Amino acid sequence: MSEALVTAVKDICQAHECDRTRMMDVVQAVNDKYGYVSSEAMDLIAEQLSTHRVEVESVVSFYAFLSSKPKGKVVIRLCNDVIDRLQGADRVGQAFVEELGINFGETTPDGQLTLETTPCIGQSDQAPAVAINDVIIPNVSSDKAREIVRELRQHMDPARLVKQHGDGNNAHPLVGSMVHNNIRKRGDLLFTPINRGEAVRKALAMSPVEVIRAVKTARLRGRGGAGFPAGMKWEFTRGAPGDRKFVLCNADEGEPGTFKDRVLLTELPDRVFAGITIAGYAIGAEEGIVYLRSEYRYLIAFLESVLEQRRKDGLLGRNILGKEGFNFDIRIQMGAGAYICGEETALISSCEGLRGDPKNRPPFPAQKGYLDCPSVVNNVETLCCVTKILELGPASFNEFGSDRSSGTKLLSISGDCKQPGVYEMPLGVTLREVLEQCGGADAAAVQVGGASGQMVGPKDYDRKICFDDLATGGALMVFGPDRNILKVAHAFMEFFVEESCGYCTPCRVGNRLLMDRLEKIMAGLAEPADLDYLKELGQTVKTCSRCGLGQTSPNPILTTLENFRPVYEAMVKEETQGFQATFDLAQAVAEAEKIAGRTSVHAHA
Amino acid sequence: MSQTVTLTIDGAKIEGQPGQMILGAAQEAGIYIPRLCHKDGLTPHGSCRVCTVMVNGRPMSACTTPITEGMVVENDTEQISSLRRDLIDMLFVEGNHFCMFCERSGNCELQALAYRFGITAPKYPYMFPDRDVDATHPDIMIDRHRCILCGRCVRSSQEVDGKNVFQFVGRGEEKRVAVNAEAALADTNVDVTDAAIEACPVGAIIKKRVGYVVPIGKRLYDHKPIGSEIEADGAVTAK
Ligand SMILES: Cc1cc2nc3c(=O)[nH]c(=O)nc-3n(C[C@H](O)[C@H](O)[C@H](O)COP(=O)(O)O)c2cc1C
Ligand code: SF4
Ligand code: FES
Ligand code: FES
Repeated sequence: MSEALVTAVKDICQAHECDRTRMMDVVQAVNDKYGYVSSEAMDLIAEQLSTHRVEVESVVSFYAFLSSKPKGKVVIRLCNDVIDRLQGADRVGQAFVEELGINFGETTPDGQLTLETTPCIGQSDQAPAVAINDVIIPNVSSDKAREIVRELRQHMDPARLVKQHGDGNNAHPLVGSMVHNNIRKRGDLLFTPINRGEAVRKALAMSPVEVIRAVKTARLRGRGGAGFPAGMKWEFTRGAPGDRKFVLCNADEGEPGTFKDRVLLTELPDRVFAGITIAGYAIGAEEGIVYLRSEYRYLIAFLESVLEQRRKDGLLGRNILGKEGFNFDIRIQMGAGAYICGEETALISSCEGLRGDPKNRPPFPAQKGYLDCPSVVNNVETLCCVTKILELGPASFNEFGSDRSSGTKLLSISGDCKQPGVYEMPLGVTLREVLEQCGGADAAAVQVGGASGQMVGPKDYDRKICFDDLATGGALMVFGPDRNILKVAHAFMEFFVEESCGYCTPCRVGNRLLMDRLEKIMAGLAEPADLDYLKELGQTVKTCSRCGLGQTSPNPILTTLENFRPVYEAMVKEETQGFQATFDLAQAVAEAEKIAGRTSVHAHA
Repeated sequence: MSQTVTLTIDGAKIEGQPGQMILGAAQEAGIYIPRLCHKDGLTPHGSCRVCTVMVNGRPMSACTTPITEGMVVENDTEQISSLRRDLIDMLFVEGNHFCMFCERSGNCELQALAYRFGITAPKYPYMFPDRDVDATHPDIMIDRHRCILCGRCVRSSQEVDGKNVFQFVGRGEEKRVAVNAEAALADTNVDVTDAAIEACPVGAIIKKRVGYVVPIGKRLYDHKPIGSEIEADGAVTAK
């Protein structure tokens, strides 16, 4: 064991006070420094954090951005989300493979560059996108991919790949990113100028209970997907016994096709942080945590600087804005590549330095959350709405939107439309209006709500986007008439198989079984009965899974089966004369043939 | 003063203590709710989902859901049995379970559950995974082909043995039970008398040199289905 490693790991652990619950930060720092967490490093971390080696291994092996095997100094991660694929990610991937001379999952022989794929990195509006260490390069072409590799070989500095900056704060010196905001429509609430400090000041002039009442009066419902009333969640948390409480801001934004939180964090971080602070005041918390997905790490220096400014301005820290006894601060917790960590209890596990396994519910986070303390988990956009409610007053907020869904909703629109990007629309808007605005009126299908949402066709375009009809965390993926719906559904299933935490049986096994059967259908080897199989199996997975991932993961198959059944029917054949079309004799004996070193006459007859 | 909570399971009224889980309360009342990852005395895990019941019409795992006053639980219905069969099937096809020559046969909870539910062959296709065997320890062997990821060994080692011999590593399909050592079980502080070794419901963690010592006919589930010991004890029986 090298002395240098011992010292480095000790320093890292001590920088986090050898606190076992900060394991995520520790393993990430080690991973950053060495490109992986070696076996020796695991032993050292375990010793420093007074835990067991296998516990460290357990965490490292859970997250896609952490590795127990050496990787290149620079890791190229090509987003393989369905939208990226439709827009040529496969060709780009091929270019990377050729130029690097390695396959996906491999590292160049000189140990410099690693090539991987990764699920949606939150840039579907500028697909195909690639993450090179922390640097995002949007809109890559095959030529661009080759150029990137050649350039990296010269300087190995991803930052130097950034040639021109995107709009707005993407050009901020602390961001310096090529990413574009693509804000296509500014509504009346969120994308409006801010008066820093106004909302917090107004909140502090009220009692915490009055703040909660205001959020309830505004009828604010969660923007992260589930639509739970925010005021009620706060009330439960406020009422739960415990001296220490927490506000957790969910900035994991892992749902494929969703990227609106990225834009809020880039352009309106003050509104996000104000919302967290107000939530803290309302529930009686002193600590807030932003759980930021690793794919947005390029924003962290900027976000830290905004937090620092708020501390200087008395908007964070002790006795905020002179309010005696209201102390509150916010820290950013980086994720490490795991979609499941957007699920609120998995997010809590991850913040606690554990594997991102969801927790059993009850107890709910409001009763027993982060470090077993009552905690509120809210989405980035929900917290922005909170700030706006305080700025405007609840009654004015209520005027926007529809009867039972107040306010506006940010939609992340991607795919086959002329203007992909972020749209702030009043809740209650019809899908048709949205499609017209984004230049996707000839869509053959729209996936509403990301991979876990539903695929709808033209007969549903007059339905409304709101909590009571087409509910969505905001992702709309548009598919034109030439797209193969089964391929899309398959890409989503691949995503869920990859991202299931593996804790519970139905999700771990069932999603794989669903995907395999879909493949059989796509290969033209299935019978009509296979469609019933998908439906029943999908229902079992939804009913029995432990968390929202498995409870929704069969949706791509179930909703395409429901709304695009002819596409499936065209692919299945009734068995004839007692022959099972599904049985491929040649394939069945292929392995045996290989072992025996000869071919079978019958199989190839 | 001892408070009680009253609930119904398949129409039968039962009483339990506040804080008790549905599975435990049912068990005390002589109602068996099938389970695999649950083991009395260990922290509930909620992973196998075999204990899924309908609580006021919504699916919940009975091993992790506390009882509440007036709760209406469905346990033994055709719908639930069918879900449970699917889950048991999944566990079979996910691993490599060759019961006919497995040392645990006849004493295996997975196998016994399959019998209880009348499963003779799984309806899902076998996955035939390639998994590791760890036979490094002189007295204990881990055959991961048979592991169902119930975590009973993990929790028993932590909660009963006061050790930390086992833990899960990997995510999703890659998830597996690892041991607290760089290489293998022989390098850990495990002991053949550990509760963790007894905790395995299947043949994934087995003691060496005692396989097949109990003759067929004398094994745990040779005569009565799994769960009948609970049903025999209680006042109320499931229909
Ligand atoms: C698999 C899964 C992933 C999720 N990912 C996110 C996410 O990335 N961001 C988010 O805000 N909520 C996500 N959620 C929803 C959260 O669990 C939670 O409901 C939400 O953060 C609550 O905030 P809200 O009430 O403000 O919407 C996810 C849920 C599941 C089941
Ligand atoms: S449904 Fe189960 S396996 Fe899937 S992510 Fe949730 S807890 Fe994990
Ligand atoms: S026994 Fe309840 S989930 Fe396994
Ligand atoms: S008989 Fe069940 S694991 Fe061997």
